[in-house]
Amino acid sequence: MSEDSPRRVRVVVVDDHAMFRSGVRAELGDAVDVVAEAEDVASAVAAVLRETPDVVLLDVHLPGGGGVEVLTQAAAQGSQSRFLALSVSDAAQDVIGVIRAGARGYVTKTITGAELVQAIERVSDGDAVFSPRLAGFVLDAFATGEAPSVDPELDRLSAREREVMRLIARGYAYKEVAKELFISVKTVETHVSAVLRKLQLSSRHELTKWAADRRLL
Amino acid sequence: MPLTPGDPPHLVRPTDGRLLSGVAAGLAEHLHLPVLKVRIAFVLLCVLGGFGLALYGALWIFVPAQGLDDEPAGLASANRGGRRPRRAVRPDDLGQLVALGALAVGLLLLLNRTGWGLPLTVTVPVLIAGAGLALLWTQADASERAWFNSGSGGGLSAVSGTGERPWVTVVRVVGGLLLVVVAVLTFLVGSGRPSEIGSTILLFVVVALGLGLVAGPLVWRLLRQLEDERRERVLQQQQADVAAHLHDSVLQTLALIQRKADDPRAVMTLARAQERDLRGWLFENAANNEGTLRGALDEAAAEVEQAHGVPVEVVVVGDRPLDDGLHAMVRAAREAMVNAARHSGAASVDVYGECADDLVEVFVRDRGRGFDPDDVPEDRMGLRGSVTGRMERHGGTARIRSAPGEGTEVALTIGKGADRPVGDKAAEEEQ
Repeated sequence: MSEDSPRRVRVVVVDDHAMFRSGVRAELGDAVDVVAEAEDVASAVAAVLRETPDVVLLDVHLPGGGGVEVLTQAAAQGSQSRFLALSVSDAAQDVIGVIRAGARGYVTKTITGAELVQAIERVSDGDAVFSPRLAGFVLDAFATGEAPSVDPELDRLSAREREVMRLIARGYAYKEVAKELFISVKTVETHVSAVLRKLQLSSRHELTKWAADRRLL
Repeated sequence: MPLTPGDPPHLVRPTDGRLLSGVAAGLAEHLHLPVLKVRIAFVLLCVLGGFGLALYGALWIFVPAQGLDDEPAGLASANRGGRRPRRAVRPDDLGQLVALGALAVGLLLLLNRTGWGLPLTVTVPVLIAGAGLALLWTQADASERAWFNSGSGGGLSAVSGTGERPWVTVVRVVGGLLLVVVAVLTFLVGSGRPSEIGSTILLFVVVALGLGLVAGPLVWRLLRQLEDERRERVLQQQQADVAAHLHDSVLQTLALIQRKADDPRAVMTLARAQERDLRGWLFENAANNEGTLRGALDEAAAEVEQAHGVPVEVVVVGDRPLDDGLHAMVRAAREAMVNAARHSGAASVDVYGECADDLVEVFVRDRGRGFDPDDVPEDRMGLRGSVTGRMERHGGTARIRSAPGEGTEVALTIGKGADRPVGDKAAEEEQ
C-alpha cells in the first residue's frame, strides 16, 4: 500500500487485444491514471520511454517478441518503470520468462478490478506481487533439481522463502502469510522480493552454464 | 454424401462398405444399382474371356478413392482423431466374397471342360498374376489412406504404408511381386517351355536393375516432393482441427452466453467452463495428465465449479500417478471443495497440491464465513466422515482449521506408500 498517495499511479497498458485493453481501462476506472496503451513490442517500448509511467501492465504474448522483449528493450534504454505481467497463459515458461526478464510480479487476467488496482499500487511501491499460480510455478521451477547449482546458496530458496511461497500458492494474502508465520508484512515482502531476485539470478547462472557447456566463454 | 449440391456426381470408390477396393460399390452407387448385381456382373465378365478383370483393374486404378478431403473440417478432424465409427467388413460381406470367388472358379472349370473358355495354362497364371497385382494395389491404396491418417509419422512411413505396421507393407509388396513372378513361370511351364525359365529369371533381374537405375533419381525426387506436400497437409489438418475445436466449443458457448445474457450466474459458469476447456486444450502439453494427482484435482475442481457455480482455482506443484491413497485424497479434497462452495459463502476456493519426495499434501481453502471447529454443527458431519475418516483409513491425516469470519482451510496429508501414517511428521513440518 502506498502512503496515502496524493498522486495517482501512472499506468501504461500493453496488450495486443483492443477489447482487453478497454476492459482493463474500464475496470481500473479512476483508481489509477492510464496514460497510454500499446499493442506490440515497438509501440510499448516507445510508450514506456515517452510517458515514463510508474507501472506497465504487460501482456506476456505480444507481436514482435513478447513481453520479454519489451522488458529488455525498455531496460536497455534506461527505463525506470516497473512491470507487472498480466497473462492468460498457463505455460510456466512464459510467465517465469517475463519474471526473469525483470517483471515485478504476475497476475492472471481473471483477476478482479479491485485486486488489480491493489497489485498495481504494490508494484509501484517497489514490492513484488505473486499470484498463487505464479507461486506454484516458482516452487516447481526450484523443486526440479535440473537447475544447475553454480552457487547453491543463491539458486535455492531458503526454508522461510519456500514457506512463504507455499502459503501464497495456497491462496493466502500477504497479510495472512504474515499472521500465519508471526512475521510482519514487510518481512513477507522482503522474502518475496528475495525469491524474485533468485529467479533472475538462477537464470543468469543457467545462462552462464549453458554458455560454458558450449565453450562460448 | 460429401458432395455439394452444385457439383456433378463424381464416381468414387467408397472407403466404407467395400469388399476388395470399392470399385463395385462405387459403381453401384453411381448407377443406382444393387451392389450384388454389379459384383456378379464383374465375375461373369472375368470368366468370359477376362474382360471383367481388365475392366476392374482399370477402374481400380483410375477411379479415385473417396478421400477424407471431401468432408468438412469438423468431420475430417473427427475421422483423423478416430472419433467417428468406421464401418468394418461384416461377416456376411466376407461370405459374399467367398461365394463370388467360388462362383468364378466353378464357372472357369465348367467353361474349361466344355472347351469354350481359355485353356487352364492361360487362366491359372492370369489368376495368380491378378492376385499379385491386387496385393500390390491394395498396398498403393493403403498408402493413400495412411497419407490422410499419418499425422506426424516420418516421410517414408507415409509413402510405404500404414506407419504402425511396417511388416504388412513388406509382406504385401514382396508377396505381390513373388506372385507375379510365379505367374510368369507357371505360364512358361504350362506352355511347355521350361527351358526358358533360367533366361527369363535373368531377364527379370536385368530389367529390374535397369528400371532401378533409370527411375531411381526420379522416385527419390518424387518422395521428397511427397514429403513436402505431407508437411503442408499436416499444417492444413492442424488448422482444420483448430477450426473444428473452436466451432465445437467456443462458438457454442458464446451462443449460449448470448441467450443467457440476463442470468449472470449462468454466464459466469459457462465462461469459466469454457475457459477451463480452452486452457486445457491450448496450454496442456500432449502428455495428458489423466490418472495423475494434477489431472484428478483439476477434474474434481471442474465438477464442483460446474455444480455449485463457485470458481475453484487449482495450483499443483509436482505430479504423481494416482494410487489408492491418492484416490482417497482426491475424493476427500473434492468433498472439502463441495463444502467450501456450498457452506462458506466465499467468492472462490483455492486448492493447492504439492508432491514432495515422500509426502503429498493438498490444501483446500476458502475465505468464507468459517466456523468454530469445536462446535461443529450436525450438517458438517460430512466433513468429519468423508474427509477426516477417509484420510485416516488410508494412512493419511486431515486437519481442519477454521474460525468464524476467517474462512476455512482443510489440509490433507498422505505419505508416499499410503499405508504408513506420516501425519506426525507433516504436522511437525507445518509448525
